[in-house]
Amino acid sequence: MAYSDKVIEHFEHSKNVGTLDKNDPNVGTGLVGAPACGDVMRLQLKISDEGVIEDARFKTFGCGSAIASSSLVTEWVKGKSMDDAMKITNKEIAKELSLPPVKIHCSVLAEDAIKAAIEDFRAKRAARQG
Amino acid sequence: MVKLPIYMDYHATTPLDPRVLEAMQPYFTDDFGNAASRNHVFGWKAEAAVEKARKQVAALIGASDKEIVFTSGATESNNLAIKGVVEFYKDKGDHIITVATEHKAVLDTCKRLERQRQERIDELKLQRLMELTGEDVNPEDLASLEIKHQLDADPVLKRWVDKLRVGARVTYLTPKKDGLVDLAELEAAITDQTILVSVMLANNEIGVVQPVAEIGALCRKRGVLFHTDAVQGAGKVPFDVETAKADLVSLSAHKMYGPKGMGALYVRRKPRVRVLQQIDGGGHERGMRSGTLNVAGIVGMGAAAELAQQELVAESARLTALRERLWKGLSARLDYLTVNGSMSARLPGNLNVSFAFAEGEALMMAIKDVAVSSGSACTSASLEPSYVLRALGVDEEMAHSSIRFGLGRFSTEAEVDYVIDLMVRAVTKLRDMSPLYEMAKEGIDLKSIEWKAH
Repeated sequence: MAYSDKVIEHFEHSKNVGTLDKNDPNVGTGLVGAPACGDVMRLQLKISDEGVIEDARFKTFGCGSAIASSSLVTEWVKGKSMDDAMKITNKEIAKELSLPPVKIHCSVLAEDAIKAAIEDFRAKRAARQG
Repeated sequence: MVKLPIYMDYHATTPLDPRVLEAMQPYFTDDFGNAASRNHVFGWKAEAAVEKARKQVAALIGASDKEIVFTSGATESNNLAIKGVVEFYKDKGDHIITVATEHKAVLDTCKRLERQRQERIDELKLQRLMELTGEDVNPEDLASLEIKHQLDADPVLKRWVDKLRVGARVTYLTPKKDGLVDLAELEAAITDQTILVSVMLANNEIGVVQPVAEIGALCRKRGVLFHTDAVQGAGKVPFDVETAKADLVSLSAHKMYGPKGMGALYVRRKPRVRVLQQIDGGGHERGMRSGTLNVAGIVGMGAAAELAQQELVAESARLTALRERLWKGLSARLDYLTVNGSMSARLPGNLNVSFAFAEGEALMMAIKDVAVSSGSACTSASLEPSYVLRALGVDEEMAHSSIRFGLGRFSTEAEVDYVIDLMVRAVTKLRDMSPLYEMAKEGIDLKSIEWKAH
């Protein structure tokens, strides 16, 4: 199977690979997927008190399309409000990367990772505000 | 410098050896005759070439030339061996024993035979239900009516099923952790209805070489025919039909530097083994496989078999050394590696390794100048990784992380060294971006986490 140029670019020069401090109250962490399925995505978002995503980092175990989907969403979410980031759909990710049907699950995972990270941040904030 | 791309997938196919191509060439143009034309020189030349090749192929496995049937490839050979035996010996029994790690050409043939038998049983059940109820029975109601009328205890249906001579019952043995067949389990699976045992010589994914001599001896002792799919092993490891007591052997030309679309089936003559032909027609190959002979292909297979036989000892030592070099190079520089399958009973050119925390397809993408294959199945709709690795009890995540390296006749030390460097870089890069590697380094047990599978 041939990969699209955008998948290859994000795979070979992945953006925002790394780790943020998960104990930082402004960092939300989303961990989705399962090793047995062959892909696990961890997306971390640093979100300001005003609800703007200031930074994003990912680490992904998975195929090239999963890594490319992760890399892409870290670029897309930066500077967005949480509400706008929640609106990113897997269809937009799949379209941008020209993912073939067998790789659609990679884009679903990336969408889920954004939601999971924001939910984690919201839960943290709610706990803090008690 | 090595030349890119590097081919390290010799289990998938092999290039034609230039010496084989040279042997084949005249038979496309000058000596193009039909080997079945008995009344002119074109036919005689073709026939002589075919008979020479038959001897060469037979010699590779210690057989007589009269025992070789040429086919279109090993998939056809496996189909002919299994279906041919089941159909010919249907009055003797209907049970086959095979192994969960066999090639799909064996497994799917067995599954079809099982399905044929089940469909016939379902028809008999419907017939019996009509007798019992005196009414027409809708096939959709079979499941419920079967229970209602207690068909499982019905003596009439049982007599019908006992007399059934369609398809087969199949036992799929699970190999041991190292990929080898448990002989005690095999022996225990043999019943008075068993007619055939089919166990491959060497596995295409993990390269393990089965104890065929012991399996053959056991089958002979129990009066059961023994078929072995020798596609990956023939010409690579010592094998002959007498030591293995094999009755049927499937061979492929393109796995031993011969042409694609060319195979053979060895069918024992003493004691005589019979198969019912699966392709009807002009009665070629002693009626077992009709169809005009692929003369050039057959000549190529013969030449390839002769070269493989001549070079087996030296080539096997050379490939074993290359394989050791590859494994030592990788394992000295990377941690968390696992070899899949027995390291001792293994094809010289095979290395199957799981690179934990790095996904196989991503690894292949990261070493795109090197052709290897992976047990990961990120592209398959089911997302199921290699059934061979799963049958060995390898965890799914480790199956997803597996790479199969296949070394062969044209592999060099320089290529191996290049691949080691590239793999180390790729694995390191992917692990650096793997959340699993980070968690493992932090001492988190990945099995303790409740993953949300999608």
